[in-house]
Amino acid sequence: MSSSTDFVLAVEDLTVSFDGFKAIDNLNLYVDQNELRVIIGPNGAGKTTLLDLICGKTRASAGSIKFKNEEMTELPEYTRVRRGIGRKFQTPSIYENLSVFQNLEVSFPAGRSVLGAVFFKCTDEVRKRVADVAAEIGLTDSLGIEAGLLSHGQKQWLEIGMLLMQEPELLMLDEPIAGMSARERDVTAELLGRISNNRSVIVIEHDMDFVKKIAHKVTVMHQGKILAEGSMDKVQNDPAVIDVYLGH
Amino acid sequence: MNASKSLLRQPGLVSIGLLAIVLLVVFPALLDSFRLNLVGKYLSYAFVAIGLVILWGWGGVLSLGQGVFFGLGGYAMGMFLKLEASDPETTKIQSTPGIPDFMDWNQITSLPILWEPFHSLTFTLVAVVAVPMILAFLVSYAMFKRRVGGVYFAIITQAVALIMTTLIVGQQGYTGGINGMTDLKTMMGWDTRTDSAKLILYYVCAAMLLLCVIGGSWVQRSKFGTLLLAMRDKEDRVRFSGYDVAMFKVAAFCVAAGLAGVGGALFTLQVGFMSPSFVGIVPSIELVILCAVGGRLSLVGAVYGALLVNASKTLFSESFPDLWLFLMAALFIGVTMAFPYGLAGLFESHVKPWWNRRVQERRTIRARLRDDELAAKSPPLEADPTGASAIAVQPDGPGSMVIRRGTSGTA
Repeated sequence: MSSSTDFVLAVEDLTVSFDGFKAIDNLNLYVDQNELRVIIGPNGAGKTTLLDLICGKTRASAGSIKFKNEEMTELPEYTRVRRGIGRKFQTPSIYENLSVFQNLEVSFPAGRSVLGAVFFKCTDEVRKRVADVAAEIGLTDSLGIEAGLLSHGQKQWLEIGMLLMQEPELLMLDEPIAGMSARERDVTAELLGRISNNRSVIVIEHDMDFVKKIAHKVTVMHQGKILAEGSMDKVQNDPAVIDVYLGH
Repeated sequence: MNASKSLLRQPGLVSIGLLAIVLLVVFPALLDSFRLNLVGKYLSYAFVAIGLVILWGWGGVLSLGQGVFFGLGGYAMGMFLKLEASDPETTKIQSTPGIPDFMDWNQITSLPILWEPFHSLTFTLVAVVAVPMILAFLVSYAMFKRRVGGVYFAIITQAVALIMTTLIVGQQGYTGGINGMTDLKTMMGWDTRTDSAKLILYYVCAAMLLLCVIGGSWVQRSKFGTLLLAMRDKEDRVRFSGYDVAMFKVAAFCVAAGLAGVGGALFTLQVGFMSPSFVGIVPSIELVILCAVGGRLSLVGAVYGALLVNASKTLFSESFPDLWLFLMAALFIGVTMAFPYGLAGLFESHVKPWWNRRVQERRTIRARLRDDELAAKSPPLEADPTGASAIAVQPDGPGSMVIRRGTSGTA
């Protein structure tokens, strides 16, 4: 199979089954350059599993995942990350014992081999990048603080910042505003709008107002399949979607 | 965990300097040749303890088989020394002169090929570090690439320790069996059993240990050290930051193995023999206890732990040999339940704050006395032109005060 594609991410006929239960069933998904795609759907639809498959946390049973026209299904997780895929987890996954600066420094995409890490020097280039990203996520004043002491919302931003340090071309965020206050949600919406300017972003979310604010295109999933796809208005008025997810 | 946080900062120059003074100045000055040699033996165990700080304390990988690598390094050095002690002149009463005595007892008539390279000191020195590291690489690569970790990995290291002991004991012709390598006398012609030789070996051992501690704290400062800590707590996040977590664990395991090998070789040199009783399951667990008691997050703590536990063992084995096993068990339980970061942790969480409080109290007292002195110097409110009844508190040399009557003759 050697189909070529312009899409940043081309998922075709993707299937994964756990003990016979098909969590993802012949799924097709295409994401463009600089597109902010939001995936919504009821719990158990397979949204997080889809992200797991793309970033490599779970192995697919069948199908293909092409990132920048390169087949990803056989590659280990860290290779996919080095190719440019970044994944944010549902619960903030940061290094609690390290400072905010160290959290960002460790995510700098150099010195990734063992010897590289031993001889890695924190140069001015690294420091500048950390400062830039910290300004982007609004944590410039907290660089010296231990990450475990940040508020929940700040931890989410830190994790997004750690991903930005890696300079990914595809950023995948799993419920980035879970547990955030209204003000924090606004700030995050602005942040996501900014960072999708020169990269593709996939977001899983449940908050419909937030989705409306940020989404270029929405995909609705249900029982491992795609139920509907399109702009937020089109999807919100789709009777199948209303039936299954949005309510009457 | 305040103790763990301050322990995660690098050992300051102060604590390394203090350790250097204790090892290089205090011990040789206070101890006689026999006891100093014992301390040298304990320091060779400290190499393993330092390796465990890197592997287990920082990396979170528990290895219950470090005795294997200790033994491999020790046997490599032992083979060199044994070959030297088995020259044709000394062994002329054997049926085959020129080979080690245990080979002769096992009716082996020529030196096995495996032994040939150990005629060279250079090869031996390289083998002391390389052989443990190669074995460590093979075992850990197979495990960590398959994401085997935690308890399962620890059990497999135990299995390796058991296999190694069985191999050594079973192949008496090649390894000296359960008796090990004995009668080791000279190294390149230099007699290692004299008092002066033991003193020199002690200094070499202590100096190398200090170099390894400094090297370890450099590693701790590097990104590699930060990543080990990160992997211990959030392995997935490290993986998804683009790092091959398996190779980092393999690297830490190999470093710990290399250090253990060096410790084993220095042990053989100082004690004069090596046997499978230092290789198996029980000594491997003891080595972990050394590290745990000293403090598995602290390089310097691990050295003190090795010294303390072994000194206690010698003391108790001399007077109450049966009681020692119970004491070891009590130590292990105590560390796990009461002070998980060992003595170093206790030091950070209790001794240091107490010391800081005392320093603070002294400073407040001094400040208060200074205030009183300033108050006393200002003019008194009641009329007393001669100032004969004025009382002044004045400094009288550094750190002491004196109360004087009258203003005449005052500053």
